[in-house]
Amino acid sequence: MVDATPKARTEVRDRNFDPRLPQRRRKALIVRGLFFMATVFGLLVLMVLMIDVVAKGFSWLDWGFVSNFPSRNPEEAGIKSAIVGSLWMMGLTALFAVPVSVGAAVYLTEYANRGWFYNLIQLNIANLAGVPSVLYGILGLGLFVRFMALERSILAGALTMTLLIMPILIISAQEALKAVPQGIRESAYALGATRSQVIWSHLLPIAAPGIMTGIILSLSRAVGETAPLIMIGALTFIAFLPESVMDPFTVLPIQIFNWTSRPQADFQEIAAAAIVILMIFLFLMNLSAISLRNHFERNRPY
Amino acid sequence: METPPDTDVSAKLAARDLHFWYGTTHALKGISLSMKPNLVTAFIGPSGCGKSTLLRCFNRMNELIPDTQWEGDLLLDGEDIRSADPIMLRRRVGMVFQKPNPFPKSIEENIAWGARINGYKGNMPELVERCLRQAALWDEVKDRLKDNAYELSGGQQQRLCIARALAAEPDVLLMDEPASALDPLATGKLEETIIELKDAYTIVIVTHNMQQASRISDETAFFYLGELVEFDDTEVIFTRPENKRTEDYITGRFG
Repeated sequence: MVDATPKARTEVRDRNFDPRLPQRRRKALIVRGLFFMATVFGLLVLMVLMIDVVAKGFSWLDWGFVSNFPSRNPEEAGIKSAIVGSLWMMGLTALFAVPVSVGAAVYLTEYANRGWFYNLIQLNIANLAGVPSVLYGILGLGLFVRFMALERSILAGALTMTLLIMPILIISAQEALKAVPQGIRESAYALGATRSQVIWSHLLPIAAPGIMTGIILSLSRAVGETAPLIMIGALTFIAFLPESVMDPFTVLPIQIFNWTSRPQADFQEIAAAAIVILMIFLFLMNLSAISLRNHFERNRPY
Repeated sequence: METPPDTDVSAKLAARDLHFWYGTTHALKGISLSMKPNLVTAFIGPSGCGKSTLLRCFNRMNELIPDTQWEGDLLLDGEDIRSADPIMLRRRVGMVFQKPNPFPKSIEENIAWGARINGYKGNMPELVERCLRQAALWDEVKDRLKDNAYELSGGQQQRLCIARALAAEPDVLLMDEPASALDPLATGKLEETIIELKDAYTIVIVTHNMQQASRISDETAFFYLGELVEFDDTEVIFTRPENKRTEDYITGRFG
């Protein structure tokens, strides 16, 4: 609207600028350089580690290495029982952790009333995700190994790992569910759907890629963990394959830990070889998480 | 509004002295009005006046928003909405939203889902075709029913959402600014669809577009700051409104 009294208008410009372009450009260049160096530093450290490990362990990598049981003789030592133990751990942990965690995430995002109690639970889940893993080992030792008398079994290990990854899994599943557009929920409810119909038909299928990514990433964390399994007393020398979930077991990181603590140079080198196998393991898991996410995101237009 | 609480038994939908709160914000302040069957009623008013909130009261959609409460009476065919089962209520009172929000599924499945969850026993392909025809979308999608709904244009998606709402066979259709995300051509098609649906449904539409309200509605309600300022035949509202604020708003002097 035009002001009726021009003399009352305030000046709209005073042209009092000092662009200082050279200084701003220089600063932008410095910041860019710092970020680049941060990236290079991370990559370099990783590269050095990988090259070192591969150089040490490469000559030990052959079929015998993955198909032999551990041995006192480095020439014959292999990681068969460790690989099988890691697979058992991963499978059982997934079996326990996934349904409970996804169920908890669905309850918290779709059913629970928001309030101080909800906030308290959320805060605790976030805190549990940051608790050092060795503490989960102590809990597993007291609860599963001793109190439930599961001994040093695969089952006790898997239950401990379940507790360890549940907070991460719950958080990632919650994030995946929260990312489902509110419009999907509203339009489904507006058709007369019940909560469970909305959850099964829309929310879980749409959130599935995100939930699966969370599952794979948290399982790869479980596969790499050593401390809690040492706490519950996983054995370091297993020259047989487990036949039931109540059998004692070992896993790749524990086998590596055991070999690196021996004085002989040969064992240092086969530890490096086992690290290469573990890294391939983790690399494949992360790769499948990424490709899974990309595949589903292509079919999802929002 | 000076008229006494409405007791018209022929009303399809009615509100009596309705109050609504978001937390401590008093969003609706004693709304009383009733919508006659097989008419299009338009809700107009500036942003934040409560028209969408009122619309979402009729299918209890606001209950999905935490920390909200309401007082007063809401009636569907003279029956109390507060004591109704929300699942049944929402089947009878369909809704189309501001942003087209189809499910990330096939065109066909978008429509079939609402019917199936409500226990539809009839011929599903026929129902899908009927709903798509009613929403004036059939000719454009009949050869690609298996395609993902997201491959449709925005205007087509919105008509798909109307078809989806029709599949539960509601009596009432609530539309919350259904054309606000569409271009003029798609809006025109949507308006034709709405006028055709009038014979079979009672329609309530929230709109920011004055021309749209005057083109498609039979009755118009003007809201301002949570109050119903004026409610009358659309023709009356747009040619000789009683209230000064209504006149200012529809002539574009504020809002």
